[in-house]
Amino acid sequence: MNAHSAAQMRTATKQSGKRAGYALLVLGLIVLPFAVDALLGRAWVRIIDVALLFTMLALGLNIVVGYAGLLDLGYVAFFAVGAYAYALLASPQFGIHFPFLILLPCGALIAACFGALLGAPTLKLRGDYLAIVTLGFGEIIRILLNNLNRPFNLTNGPQGITLIDPLQAGAFTLGKSFSIAGISVASVHAYYFVFLLCALLVIAVSLRLEDSRIGRAWIAIREDELAAKAMGINTRNIKLLAFAMGATFGGLSGGLFAAFQGFISPESFTLLDSIMILCMVVVGGMGHVPGVVLGAVLLTALPEALRYAGPLQEQWLGRVYIDPADLRMLLFGLALVLMMLFRPAGLWPSKIRKREWST
Amino acid sequence: MLEVTGLAVAYGGINAVKGIAFSVRQGEIVALIGANGAGKTSTLKSLAGLVPAAAGRVHYDGVDVTGFPSYRLVALGMALVPEGRGIFARLTVAENLDLGGYTRSDVAGLRADRERMYALFPRLAERRAQNAGTLSGGEQQMLALARALMSRPRLLLLDEPSMGLAPLMVQKIFETIRSIAASGVTILLVEQNAKLALQMCERGYVMESGQITLQDDAAALLANPQVRRAYLGE
Repeated sequence: MNAHSAAQMRTATKQSGKRAGYALLVLGLIVLPFAVDALLGRAWVRIIDVALLFTMLALGLNIVVGYAGLLDLGYVAFFAVGAYAYALLASPQFGIHFPFLILLPCGALIAACFGALLGAPTLKLRGDYLAIVTLGFGEIIRILLNNLNRPFNLTNGPQGITLIDPLQAGAFTLGKSFSIAGISVASVHAYYFVFLLCALLVIAVSLRLEDSRIGRAWIAIREDELAAKAMGINTRNIKLLAFAMGATFGGLSGGLFAAFQGFISPESFTLLDSIMILCMVVVGGMGHVPGVVLGAVLLTALPEALRYAGPLQEQWLGRVYIDPADLRMLLFGLALVLMMLFRPAGLWPSKIRKREWST
Repeated sequence: MLEVTGLAVAYGGINAVKGIAFSVRQGEIVALIGANGAGKTSTLKSLAGLVPAAAGRVHYDGVDVTGFPSYRLVALGMALVPEGRGIFARLTVAENLDLGGYTRSDVAGLRADRERMYALFPRLAERRAQNAGTLSGGEQQMLALARALMSRPRLLLLDEPSMGLAPLMVQKIFETIRSIAASGVTILLVEQNAKLALQMCERGYVMESGQITLQDDAAALLANPQVRRAYLGE
Protein backbone atom coordinates (compact mmCIF):
# COMPACT_ATOMS: atom_id res chain seq x y z
CA MET A 1 0.00 0.00 0.00
CA ASN A 2 1.48 3.38 -0.94
CA ALA A 3 1.40 6.50 1.21
CA HIS A 4 -1.32 8.15 -0.87
CA SER A 5 -3.91 5.45 -0.38
CA ALA A 6 -2.93 5.22 3.27
CA ALA A 7 -3.77 8.88 3.65
CA GLN A 8 -7.06 8.31 1.87
CA MET A 9 -7.84 5.51 4.26
CA ARG A 10 -7.07 7.78 7.17
CA THR A 11 -9.43 10.49 6.02
CA ALA A 12 -12.07 7.86 5.33
CA THR A 13 -11.78 6.43 8.83
CA LYS A 14 -11.74 9.96 10.20
CA GLN A 15 -15.00 10.69 8.40
CA SER A 16 -16.69 7.51 9.48
CA GLY A 17 -15.39 8.18 12.99
CA LYS A 18 -16.99 11.62 12.85
CA ARG A 19 -20.26 10.11 11.69
CA ALA A 20 -20.16 7.57 14.48
CA GLY A 21 -19.50 10.40 16.91
CA TYR A 22 -22.58 12.27 15.73
CA ALA A 23 -24.71 9.12 15.96
CA LEU A 24 -23.47 8.59 19.49
CA LEU A 25 -24.25 12.21 20.37
CA VAL A 26 -27.81 11.92 19.04
CA LEU A 27 -28.33 8.67 20.91
CA GLY A 28 -26.91 10.22 24.06
CA LEU A 29 -29.23 13.23 23.80
CA ILE A 30 -32.25 10.94 23.36
CA VAL A 31 -31.35 8.72 26.31
CA LEU A 32 -30.18 11.59 28.52
CA PRO A 33 -33.45 12.53 30.29
CA PHE A 34 -34.33 8.92 31.05
CA ALA A 35 -30.85 8.15 32.36
CA VAL A 36 -30.81 11.30 34.48
CA ASP A 37 -34.28 10.47 35.79
CA ALA A 38 -33.16 7.00 36.86
CA LEU A 39 -29.84 8.10 38.36
CA LEU A 40 -30.44 11.54 39.86
CA GLY A 41 -34.18 11.91 40.04
CA ARG A 42 -36.84 13.87 38.19
CA ALA A 43 -35.74 17.22 39.61
CA TRP A 44 -32.62 16.99 37.49
CA VAL A 45 -34.55 16.42 34.30
CA ARG A 46 -36.26 19.69 35.07
CA ILE A 47 -32.90 21.35 35.56
CA ILE A 48 -31.79 20.09 32.14
CA ASP A 49 -34.95 21.56 30.64
CA VAL A 50 -34.12 24.92 32.21
CA ALA A 51 -30.53 24.60 30.98
CA LEU A 52 -31.84 24.22 27.42
CA LEU A 53 -33.95 27.37 27.84
CA PHE A 54 -30.89 29.24 29.07
CA THR A 55 -28.88 27.85 26.15
CA MET A 56 -31.30 29.57 23.79
CA LEU A 57 -31.15 32.78 25.82
CA ALA A 58 -27.36 32.77 25.95
CA LEU A 59 -27.13 32.16 22.20
CA GLY A 60 -29.49 35.06 21.62
CA LEU A 61 -27.41 37.37 23.77
CA ASN A 62 -24.30 36.01 22.07
CA ILE A 63 -25.46 37.57 18.81
CA VAL A 64 -25.67 41.01 20.39
CA VAL A 65 -22.64 40.83 22.70
CA GLY A 66 -20.46 38.15 21.12
CA TYR A 67 -20.88 38.90 17.43
CA ALA A 68 -21.77 42.59 17.24
CA GLY A 69 -19.93 43.60 20.43
CA LEU A 70 -22.88 45.58 21.83
CA LEU A 71 -22.95 45.21 25.61
CA ASP A 72 -26.57 44.51 26.58
CA LEU A 73 -27.38 44.37 30.30
CA GLY A 74 -31.15 44.24 29.89
CA TYR A 75 -31.44 41.16 27.75
CA VAL A 76 -33.84 39.41 30.12
CA ALA A 77 -36.47 41.96 29.02
CA PHE A 78 -36.91 40.07 25.74
CA PHE A 79 -37.29 36.82 27.66
CA ALA A 80 -40.02 38.58 29.67
CA VAL A 81 -41.74 39.95 26.57
CA GLY A 82 -41.86 36.48 25.01
CA ALA A 83 -43.10 34.92 28.22
CA TYR A 84 -45.84 37.50 28.79
CA ALA A 85 -46.90 37.43 25.14
CA TYR A 86 -47.50 33.71 25.51
CA ALA A 87 -49.00 33.92 28.98
CA LEU A 88 -51.52 36.66 28.19
CA LEU A 89 -52.84 34.88 25.10
CA ALA A 90 -52.92 31.36 26.53
CA SER A 91 -54.33 31.61 30.03
CA PRO A 92 -57.50 32.45 31.94
CA GLN A 93 -56.18 36.01 32.40
CA PHE A 94 -58.27 37.17 29.43
CA GLY A 95 -59.84 33.81 28.73
CA ILE A 96 -57.88 33.63 25.45
CA HIS A 97 -56.33 30.31 24.49
CA PHE A 98 -54.46 30.59 21.21
CA PRO A 99 -52.54 27.54 19.98
CA PHE A 100 -48.86 27.53 20.80
CA LEU A 101 -47.82 27.04 17.18
CA ILE A 102 -49.08 30.57 16.53
CA LEU A 103 -48.07 32.06 19.87
CA LEU A 104 -44.42 31.00 19.94
CA PRO A 105 -43.49 32.63 16.60
CA CYS A 106 -45.63 35.65 17.46
CA GLY A 107 -43.92 36.03 20.83
CA ALA A 108 -40.53 35.82 19.13
CA LEU A 109 -41.65 38.43 16.59
CA ILE A 110 -42.96 40.80 19.27
CA ALA A 111 -39.67 40.41 21.14
CA ALA A 112 -37.82 41.22 17.90
CA CYS A 113 -39.83 44.44 17.61
CA PHE A 114 -38.86 45.32 21.18
CA GLY A 115 -35.25 44.55 20.23
CA ALA A 116 -35.41 47.05 17.39
CA LEU A 117 -37.17 49.48 19.72
CA LEU A 118 -34.26 49.28 22.15
CA GLY A 119 -31.72 49.36 19.32
CA ALA A 120 -33.02 52.47 17.56
CA PRO A 121 -32.28 55.08 20.25
CA THR A 122 -28.96 53.45 21.20
CA LEU A 123 -27.38 53.29 17.74
CA LYS A 124 -24.72 55.86 18.56
CA LEU A 125 -23.86 54.44 21.96
CA ARG A 126 -21.10 51.99 22.72
CA GLY A 127 -19.55 50.22 25.68
CA ASP A 128 -20.42 51.57 29.12
CA TYR A 129 -23.03 54.00 27.85
CA LEU A 130 -24.88 51.34 25.93
CA ALA A 131 -24.71 49.05 28.96
CA ILE A 132 -26.40 51.68 31.13
CA VAL A 133 -29.20 52.35 28.66
CA THR A 134 -29.90 48.65 28.12
CA LEU A 135 -29.86 48.09 31.86
CA GLY A 136 -32.47 50.81 32.20
CA PHE A 137 -34.53 49.25 29.44
CA GLY A 138 -34.54 45.89 31.22
CA GLU A 139 -35.69 47.53 34.44
CA ILE A 140 -38.40 49.53 32.66
CA ILE A 141 -39.90 46.35 31.22
CA ARG A 142 -39.84 44.59 34.59
CA ILE A 143 -41.35 47.56 36.45
CA LEU A 144 -44.01 47.96 33.77
CA LEU A 145 -44.99 44.30 34.13
CA ASN A 146 -45.08 44.79 37.87
CA ASN A 147 -47.40 47.80 37.68
CA LEU A 148 -49.63 47.21 34.69
CA ASN A 149 -52.42 45.84 36.88
CA ARG A 150 -53.87 49.34 37.21
CA PRO A 151 -55.84 51.18 35.88
CA PHE A 152 -56.48 48.29 33.56
CA ASN A 153 -55.35 44.84 34.67
CA LEU A 154 -53.06 43.72 31.87
CA THR A 155 -50.31 41.76 33.60
CA ASN A 156 -51.86 41.02 37.01
CA GLY A 157 -48.96 42.88 38.61
CA PRO A 158 -46.66 41.19 41.11
CA GLN A 159 -49.04 38.24 41.48
CA GLY A 160 -48.11 37.19 38.00
CA ILE A 161 -50.09 35.04 35.63
CA THR A 162 -51.14 31.54 36.61
CA LEU A 163 -52.65 28.52 34.89
CA ILE A 164 -50.84 29.22 31.64
CA ASP A 165 -51.63 26.60 29.00
CA PRO A 166 -48.95 23.98 28.49
CA LEU A 167 -47.89 23.17 24.93
CA GLN A 168 -50.99 21.39 23.66
CA ALA A 169 -52.81 20.56 20.46
CA GLY A 170 -56.41 19.41 20.68
CA ALA A 171 -56.73 16.87 23.45
CA PHE A 172 -53.01 16.14 23.46
CA THR A 173 -51.00 18.05 26.05
CA LEU A 174 -47.42 18.06 27.24
CA GLY A 175 -48.66 19.19 30.66
CA LYS A 176 -49.35 15.64 31.80
CA SER A 177 -47.57 12.36 31.27
CA PHE A 178 -48.71 10.29 28.32
CA SER A 179 -47.65 7.06 26.75
CA ILE A 180 -46.30 6.29 23.31
CA ALA A 181 -46.20 2.64 22.25
CA GLY A 182 -46.55 1.48 25.82
CA ILE A 183 -43.73 3.72 27.15
CA SER A 184 -44.89 6.31 29.63
CA VAL A 185 -43.40 9.74 28.93
CA ALA A 186 -43.52 12.24 31.77
CA SER A 187 -44.20 15.94 31.14
CA VAL A 188 -40.60 17.02 31.87
CA HIS A 189 -39.31 14.42 29.41
CA ALA A 190 -41.63 15.61 26.69
CA TYR A 191 -40.60 19.23 27.28
CA TYR A 192 -36.98 18.12 27.13
CA PHE A 193 -37.42 16.98 23.55
CA VAL A 194 -39.30 20.11 22.51
CA PHE A 195 -36.65 22.35 24.09
CA LEU A 196 -33.87 20.25 22.59
CA LEU A 197 -35.33 20.70 19.11
CA CYS A 198 -35.72 24.45 19.62
CA ALA A 199 -32.20 24.73 21.03
CA LEU A 200 -30.80 22.81 18.05
CA LEU A 201 -32.68 25.18 15.75
CA VAL A 202 -31.22 28.19 17.55
CA ILE A 203 -27.73 26.64 17.37
CA ALA A 204 -28.14 26.00 13.65
CA VAL A 205 -29.31 29.56 12.99
CA SER A 206 -26.44 30.96 15.09
CA LEU A 207 -23.82 28.94 13.22
CA ARG A 208 -25.31 29.89 9.87
CA LEU A 209 -25.38 33.58 10.82
CA GLU A 210 -21.80 33.49 12.07
CA ASP A 211 -20.60 32.33 8.68
CA SER A 212 -22.64 34.79 6.62
CA ARG A 213 -22.29 38.29 5.21
CA ILE A 214 -24.33 39.58 8.13
CA GLY A 215 -22.14 37.74 10.63
CA ARG A 216 -19.00 39.23 9.10
CA ALA A 217 -20.58 42.68 9.19
CA TRP A 218 -21.36 42.24 12.91
CA ILE A 219 -17.77 41.27 13.60
CA ALA A 220 -16.50 44.24 11.59
CA ILE A 221 -18.68 46.58 13.67
CA ARG A 222 -17.38 44.97 16.85
CA GLU A 223 -13.80 45.49 15.74
CA ASP A 224 -14.00 49.04 14.34
CA GLU A 225 -17.28 50.73 13.61
CA LEU A 226 -15.90 53.60 11.54
CA ALA A 227 -13.85 51.27 9.34
CA ALA A 228 -16.90 49.03 9.00
CA LYS A 229 -18.82 52.03 7.71
CA ALA A 230 -16.05 52.82 5.25
CA MET A 231 -16.37 49.25 3.92
CA GLY A 232 -19.91 50.08 2.87
CA ILE A 233 -21.63 48.28 5.73
CA ASN A 234 -24.97 49.81 6.63
CA THR A 235 -24.07 49.90 10.31
CA ARG A 236 -27.45 51.22 11.40
CA ASN A 237 -29.47 48.36 9.92
CA ILE A 238 -26.91 45.71 10.80
CA LYS A 239 -26.89 46.80 14.45
CA LEU A 240 -30.67 46.89 14.59
CA LEU A 241 -30.69 43.42 13.09
CA ALA A 242 -28.35 42.19 15.83
CA PHE A 243 -30.70 43.50 18.51
CA ALA A 244 -33.76 42.06 16.75
CA MET A 245 -32.17 38.65 16.09
CA GLY A 246 -30.96 38.36 19.66
CA ALA A 247 -34.37 39.37 20.97
CA THR A 248 -36.07 36.80 18.72
CA PHE A 249 -34.27 33.95 20.48
CA GLY A 250 -35.05 35.52 23.84
CA GLY A 251 -38.74 35.79 22.95
CA LEU A 252 -38.94 32.20 21.75
CA SER A 253 -37.29 31.01 24.92
CA GLY A 254 -39.67 33.14 26.99
CA GLY A 255 -42.76 31.61 25.38
CA LEU A 256 -41.44 28.11 26.04
CA PHE A 257 -40.63 29.09 29.62
CA ALA A 258 -44.19 30.33 30.25
CA ALA A 259 -45.71 27.14 28.84
CA PHE A 260 -43.28 24.98 30.81
CA GLN A 261 -43.75 26.70 34.17
CA GLY A 262 -47.45 27.41 33.92
CA PHE A 263 -46.82 30.49 36.05
CA ILE A 264 -44.79 33.65 35.48
CA SER A 265 -44.31 36.84 37.44
CA PRO A 266 -42.02 39.88 37.08
CA GLU A 267 -39.75 38.33 39.69
CA SER A 268 -38.39 35.88 37.10
CA PHE A 269 -37.00 38.70 34.98
CA THR A 270 -34.61 40.70 37.15
CA LEU A 271 -31.29 42.38 36.44
CA LEU A 272 -29.58 39.43 38.11
CA ASP A 273 -31.01 37.16 35.41
CA SER A 274 -29.62 39.44 32.70
CA ILE A 275 -26.22 39.33 34.35
CA MET A 276 -26.43 35.56 34.70
CA ILE A 277 -27.09 35.16 30.96
CA LEU A 278 -24.22 37.53 30.20
CA CYS A 279 -21.98 35.42 32.45
CA MET A 280 -22.93 32.32 30.49
CA VAL A 281 -21.80 34.02 27.28
CA VAL A 282 -18.58 35.38 28.77
CA VAL A 283 -17.62 32.27 30.75
CA GLY A 284 -18.35 29.97 27.83
CA GLY A 285 -16.55 32.02 25.19
CA MET A 286 -18.02 35.13 23.57
CA GLY A 287 -18.91 34.70 19.94
CA HIS A 288 -18.33 30.94 19.90
CA VAL A 289 -21.49 28.82 19.76
CA PRO A 290 -20.16 25.61 21.40
CA GLY A 291 -18.58 27.70 24.15
CA VAL A 292 -21.78 29.59 24.85
CA VAL A 293 -23.76 26.34 25.02
CA LEU A 294 -21.22 24.98 27.49
CA GLY A 295 -21.43 28.17 29.56
CA ALA A 296 -25.23 28.03 29.70
CA VAL A 297 -25.33 24.37 30.74
CA LEU A 298 -22.57 24.77 33.33
CA LEU A 299 -23.97 27.89 34.94
CA THR A 300 -27.45 26.38 35.15
CA ALA A 301 -26.31 23.05 36.54
CA LEU A 302 -23.58 24.11 38.98
CA PRO A 303 -25.73 26.27 41.28
CA GLU A 304 -28.25 23.43 41.42
CA ALA A 305 -25.54 20.92 42.27
CA LEU A 306 -24.47 23.17 45.15
CA ARG A 307 -27.87 22.67 46.75
CA TYR A 308 -26.44 19.38 48.00
CA ALA A 309 -23.85 21.34 49.95
CA GLY A 310 -26.26 21.83 52.87
CA PRO A 311 -27.12 18.18 53.57
CA LEU A 312 -23.52 17.16 52.93
CA GLN A 313 -22.23 19.59 55.57
CA GLU A 314 -24.75 18.22 58.02
CA GLN A 315 -23.70 14.69 57.26
CA TRP A 316 -19.97 15.27 57.47
CA LEU A 317 -19.58 18.17 59.89
CA GLY A 318 -22.61 17.75 62.07
CA ARG A 319 -24.24 21.04 61.21
CA VAL A 320 -24.59 23.56 58.36
CA TYR A 321 -21.75 26.08 58.59
CA ILE A 322 -22.33 27.96 55.38
CA ASP A 323 -25.80 28.35 53.98
CA PRO A 324 -25.87 26.72 50.50
CA ALA A 325 -27.38 29.87 48.99
CA ASP A 326 -24.44 31.95 50.29
CA LEU A 327 -22.00 29.29 49.18
CA ARG A 328 -23.39 29.44 45.67
CA MET A 329 -22.75 33.15 45.30
CA LEU A 330 -19.36 32.84 46.98
CA LEU A 331 -18.19 30.08 44.66
CA PHE A 332 -19.73 31.75 41.66
CA GLY A 333 -17.81 34.94 42.37
CA LEU A 334 -14.62 33.01 42.94
CA ALA A 335 -15.11 31.07 39.73
CA LEU A 336 -15.59 34.30 37.76
CA VAL A 337 -12.43 35.85 39.20
CA LEU A 338 -10.38 32.73 38.46
CA MET A 339 -11.83 32.58 34.95
CA MET A 340 -10.87 36.15 34.16
CA LEU A 341 -7.37 35.51 35.45
CA PHE A 342 -6.64 32.23 33.73
CA ARG A 343 -9.01 31.94 30.80
CA PRO A 344 -9.98 35.51 29.90
CA ALA A 345 -11.31 34.50 26.48
CA GLY A 346 -13.72 31.97 28.05
CA LEU A 347 -13.67 28.24 28.66
CA TRP A 348 -14.04 27.37 24.99
CA PRO A 349 -13.20 30.45 22.94
CA SER A 350 -13.47 30.88 19.19
CA LYS A 351 -10.33 31.10 17.10
CA ILE A 352 -10.72 34.83 16.65
CA ARG A 353 -11.06 35.46 20.37
CA LYS A 354 -8.09 33.27 21.11
CA ARG A 355 -6.07 35.32 18.66
CA GLU A 356 -7.35 38.55 20.18
CA TRP A 357 -6.16 37.57 23.61
CA SER A 358 -2.82 36.29 22.44
CA THR A 359 -1.82 39.45 20.53
CA MET B 1 -15.96 62.97 -11.87
CA LEU B 2 -16.14 64.68 -8.48
CA GLU B 3 -17.48 68.20 -8.18
CA VAL B 4 -17.57 69.81 -4.75
CA THR B 5 -19.14 73.23 -4.13
CA GLY B 6 -19.43 75.17 -0.89
CA LEU B 7 -18.71 72.13 1.28
CA ALA B 8 -18.69 72.83 5.01
CA VAL B 9 -18.18 70.46 7.92
CA ALA B 10 -18.84 71.37 11.53
CA TYR B 11 -18.40 69.48 14.78
CA GLY B 12 -20.69 71.06 17.32
CA GLY B 13 -19.77 74.73 17.14
CA ILE B 14 -16.37 74.22 15.52
CA ASN B 15 -16.18 74.79 11.78
CA ALA B 16 -13.56 72.38 10.45
CA VAL B 17 -14.27 73.02 6.78
CA LYS B 18 -15.63 76.42 5.80
CA GLY B 19 -17.17 76.18 2.37
CA ILE B 20 -14.65 74.80 -0.10
CA ALA B 21 -14.96 74.05 -3.80
CA PHE B 22 -12.81 71.71 -5.86
CA SER B 23 -13.09 69.08 -8.54
CA VAL B 24 -11.45 65.86 -9.60
CA ARG B 25 -11.60 64.78 -13.23
CA GLN B 26 -11.80 61.21 -14.43
CA GLY B 27 -8.37 59.52 -14.40
CA GLU B 28 -6.63 62.28 -12.47
CA ILE B 29 -4.57 62.17 -9.33
CA VAL B 30 -5.40 65.25 -7.31
CA ALA B 31 -3.66 66.21 -4.07
CA LEU B 32 -5.15 68.07 -1.15
CA ILE B 33 -2.25 69.31 0.95
CA GLY B 34 -2.06 71.36 4.11
CA ALA B 35 -0.90 71.41 7.69
CA ASN B 36 -2.35 69.51 10.64
CA GLY B 37 -5.86 70.64 11.45
CA ALA B 38 -6.45 72.35 8.12
CA GLY B 39 -9.60 70.29 7.56
CA LYS B 40 -8.29 67.78 5.03
CA THR B 41 -9.44 64.66 6.85
CA SER B 42 -12.82 66.19 7.64
CA THR B 43 -13.24 66.92 3.94
CA LEU B 44 -12.51 63.31 2.98
CA LYS B 45 -14.70 61.89 5.74
CA SER B 46 -17.53 64.07 4.59
CA LEU B 47 -17.06 63.00 0.96
CA ALA B 48 -17.14 59.35 2.05
CA GLY B 49 -20.35 59.85 4.01
CA LEU B 50 -18.81 59.26 7.43
CA VAL B 51 -19.58 62.73 8.78
CA PRO B 52 -22.50 64.86 7.58
CA ALA B 53 -21.84 68.00 5.57
CA ALA B 54 -23.12 71.21 7.21
CA ALA B 55 -23.51 72.89 3.84
CA GLY B 56 -22.58 72.53 0.20
CA ARG B 57 -23.14 70.01 -2.56
CA VAL B 58 -21.21 67.03 -3.84
CA HIS B 59 -21.70 65.71 -7.36
CA TYR B 60 -20.19 62.36 -8.22
CA ASP B 61 -20.41 61.13 -11.80
CA GLY B 62 -23.02 63.80 -12.46
CA VAL B 63 -25.22 62.56 -9.61
CA ASP B 64 -25.93 64.73 -6.60
CA VAL B 65 -24.68 62.50 -3.79
CA THR B 66 -24.86 65.11 -1.03
CA GLY B 67 -25.87 63.44 2.20
CA PHE B 68 -25.59 59.91 0.82
CA PRO B 69 -24.67 57.37 3.52
CA SER B 70 -21.32 55.62 3.14
CA TYR B 71 -22.81 52.29 2.08
CA ARG B 72 -24.44 53.88 -0.97
CA LEU B 73 -21.26 55.69 -1.92
CA VAL B 74 -19.19 52.51 -1.70
CA ALA B 75 -21.71 50.79 -3.92
CA LEU B 76 -21.32 53.67 -6.39
CA GLY B 77 -17.58 53.03 -6.56
CA MET B 78 -16.16 55.49 -4.05
CA ALA B 79 -13.76 53.97 -1.51
CA LEU B 80 -11.94 55.58 1.40
CA VAL B 81 -8.65 54.47 2.88
CA PRO B 82 -9.04 56.08 6.28
CA GLU B 83 -6.43 58.01 8.19
CA GLY B 84 -4.41 55.71 10.42
CA ARG B 85 -5.38 52.91 8.02
CA GLY B 86 -8.35 51.64 10.05
CA ILE B 87 -7.65 47.99 9.44
CA PHE B 88 -9.45 45.35 11.50
CA ALA B 89 -6.47 44.54 13.69
CA ARG B 90 -7.89 41.40 15.26
CA LEU B 91 -9.07 39.81 12.04
CA THR B 92 -6.80 38.07 9.58
CA VAL B 93 -5.47 39.65 6.41
CA ALA B 94 -7.85 37.47 4.37
CA GLU B 95 -10.84 38.46 6.51
CA ASN B 96 -9.91 42.12 6.07
CA LEU B 97 -9.89 41.72 2.30
CA ASP B 98 -13.25 39.92 2.40
CA LEU B 99 -14.76 42.85 4.30
CA GLY B 100 -13.38 45.21 1.67
CA GLY B 101 -15.57 43.44 -0.88
CA TYR B 102 -18.60 43.60 1.40
CA THR B 103 -20.83 45.49 -1.04
CA ARG B 104 -20.19 43.00 -3.84
CA SER B 105 -21.93 39.68 -4.21
CA ASP B 106 -20.11 38.11 -7.19
CA VAL B 107 -18.32 35.31 -5.37
CA ALA B 108 -16.08 34.29 -8.28
CA GLY B 109 -15.07 37.89 -8.98
CA LEU B 110 -14.26 38.43 -5.33
CA ARG B 111 -12.05 35.37 -5.21
CA ALA B 112 -10.25 36.50 -8.36
CA ASP B 113 -9.78 40.00 -6.96
CA ARG B 114 -8.38 38.64 -3.74
CA GLU B 115 -5.80 36.68 -5.67
CA ARG B 116 -5.07 39.83 -7.68
CA MET B 117 -4.39 41.68 -4.42
CA TYR B 118 -2.06 38.92 -3.29
CA ALA B 119 -0.22 39.22 -6.59
CA LEU B 120 -0.01 43.00 -6.23
CA PHE B 121 1.13 42.74 -2.60
CA PRO B 122 3.09 39.49 -2.15
CA ARG B 123 3.73 40.37 1.49
CA LEU B 124 0.01 40.14 2.17
CA ALA B 125 -0.14 36.72 0.52
CA GLU B 126 2.54 35.47 2.88
CA ARG B 127 0.60 36.77 5.84
CA ARG B 128 -2.94 36.00 4.72
CA ALA B 129 -3.80 33.88 7.79
CA GLN B 130 -2.12 36.27 10.21
CA ASN B 131 -3.82 38.83 12.43
CA ALA B 132 -3.73 42.17 10.62
CA GLY B 133 -2.61 43.83 13.87
CA THR B 134 0.66 41.90 13.74
CA LEU B 135 1.68 43.45 10.41
CA SER B 136 4.21 46.26 10.22
CA GLY B 137 2.97 49.78 9.53
CA GLY B 138 3.81 49.57 5.85
CA GLU B 139 2.15 46.20 5.46
CA GLN B 140 -0.93 47.56 7.20
CA GLN B 141 -1.04 50.43 4.73
CA MET B 142 -0.79 47.94 1.87
CA LEU B 143 -3.63 45.98 3.41
CA ALA B 144 -5.72 49.13 3.75
CA LEU B 145 -5.13 49.90 0.06
CA ALA B 146 -5.84 46.34 -1.02
CA ARG B 147 -8.97 46.22 1.10
CA ALA B 148 -10.28 49.44 -0.47
CA LEU B 149 -9.53 48.08 -3.95
CA MET B 150 -11.61 44.98 -3.19
CA SER B 151 -14.74 47.10 -3.63
CA ARG B 152 -13.59 47.84 -7.23
CA PRO B 153 -13.64 51.59 -6.74
CA ARG B 154 -13.51 54.13 -9.55
CA LEU B 155 -12.63 56.93 -7.16
CA LEU B 156 -10.20 56.23 -4.34
CA LEU B 157 -9.95 58.66 -1.42
CA LEU B 158 -6.58 58.28 0.32
CA ASP B 159 -6.06 59.87 3.71
CA GLU B 160 -2.40 60.32 4.64
CA PRO B 161 -1.03 57.07 3.23
CA SER B 162 2.51 58.07 4.26
CA MET B 163 1.65 58.63 7.90
CA GLY B 164 4.04 56.97 10.34
CA LEU B 165 5.96 55.05 7.71
CA ALA B 166 9.69 54.78 7.11
CA PRO B 167 10.91 56.73 4.05
CA LEU B 168 11.64 53.60 2.07
CA MET B 169 8.16 52.25 2.75
CA VAL B 170 6.64 55.61 1.79
CA GLN B 171 8.38 55.34 -1.60
CA LYS B 172 6.96 51.87 -2.04
CA ILE B 173 3.43 52.88 -1.11
CA PHE B 174 3.54 55.82 -3.48
CA GLU B 175 4.76 53.60 -6.30
CA THR B 176 1.79 51.36 -5.63
CA ILE B 177 -0.58 54.31 -5.67
CA ARG B 178 0.86 55.35 -9.01
CA SER B 179 0.25 51.89 -10.44
CA ILE B 180 -3.30 51.89 -9.09
CA ALA B 181 -3.86 55.20 -10.86
CA ALA B 182 -2.36 53.78 -14.02
CA SER B 183 -4.93 50.99 -13.92
CA GLY B 184 -7.63 53.64 -14.37
CA VAL B 185 -8.68 54.50 -10.82
CA THR B 186 -9.16 58.20 -10.13
CA ILE B 187 -7.44 59.30 -6.92
CA LEU B 188 -7.96 62.11 -4.44
CA LEU B 189 -4.94 62.14 -2.18
CA VAL B 190 -4.75 63.95 1.13
CA GLU B 191 -1.16 64.38 2.35
CA GLN B 192 1.02 66.28 4.73
CA ASN B 193 4.07 65.21 2.79
CA ALA B 194 3.43 67.91 0.21
CA LYS B 195 6.51 67.37 -1.91
CA LEU B 196 5.90 63.68 -2.45
CA ALA B 197 2.21 64.25 -3.14
CA LEU B 198 2.73 67.05 -5.64
CA GLN B 199 5.44 65.14 -7.48
CA MET B 200 2.94 62.42 -8.22
CA CYS B 201 -0.14 64.51 -9.01
CA GLU B 202 -1.47 66.46 -11.91
CA ARG B 203 -3.15 69.13 -9.84
CA GLY B 204 -3.18 70.18 -6.23
CA TYR B 205 -5.17 72.21 -3.73
CA VAL B 206 -3.69 73.81 -0.63
CA MET B 207 -5.89 73.93 2.43
CA GLU B 208 -5.45 76.26 5.39
CA SER B 209 -7.74 76.46 8.43
CA GLY B 210 -10.76 75.10 6.66
CA GLN B 211 -10.38 76.94 3.38
CA ILE B 212 -8.69 76.32 0.05
CA THR B 213 -6.12 79.08 -0.36
CA LEU B 214 -4.29 77.96 -3.48
CA GLN B 215 -5.00 75.76 -6.45
CA ASP B 216 -2.86 75.05 -9.47
CA ASP B 217 -1.04 72.43 -11.50
CA ALA B 218 1.18 70.35 -9.31
CA ALA B 219 4.34 71.60 -11.01
CA ALA B 220 3.31 75.21 -10.51
CA LEU B 221 2.55 74.58 -6.86
CA LEU B 222 5.90 72.94 -6.39
CA ALA B 223 7.52 76.08 -7.80
CA ASN B 224 5.32 78.48 -5.85
CA PRO B 225 7.50 80.31 -3.29
CA GLN B 226 4.65 80.48 -0.79
CA VAL B 227 4.16 76.72 -0.94
CA ARG B 228 7.89 76.10 -0.81
CA ARG B 229 8.20 78.18 2.34
CA ALA B 230 5.18 76.79 4.14
CA TYR B 231 5.16 73.12 3.16
CA LEU B 232 8.47 72.17 1.61
CA GLY B 233 10.63 73.56 4.39
CA GLU B 234 12.60 76.12 2.39
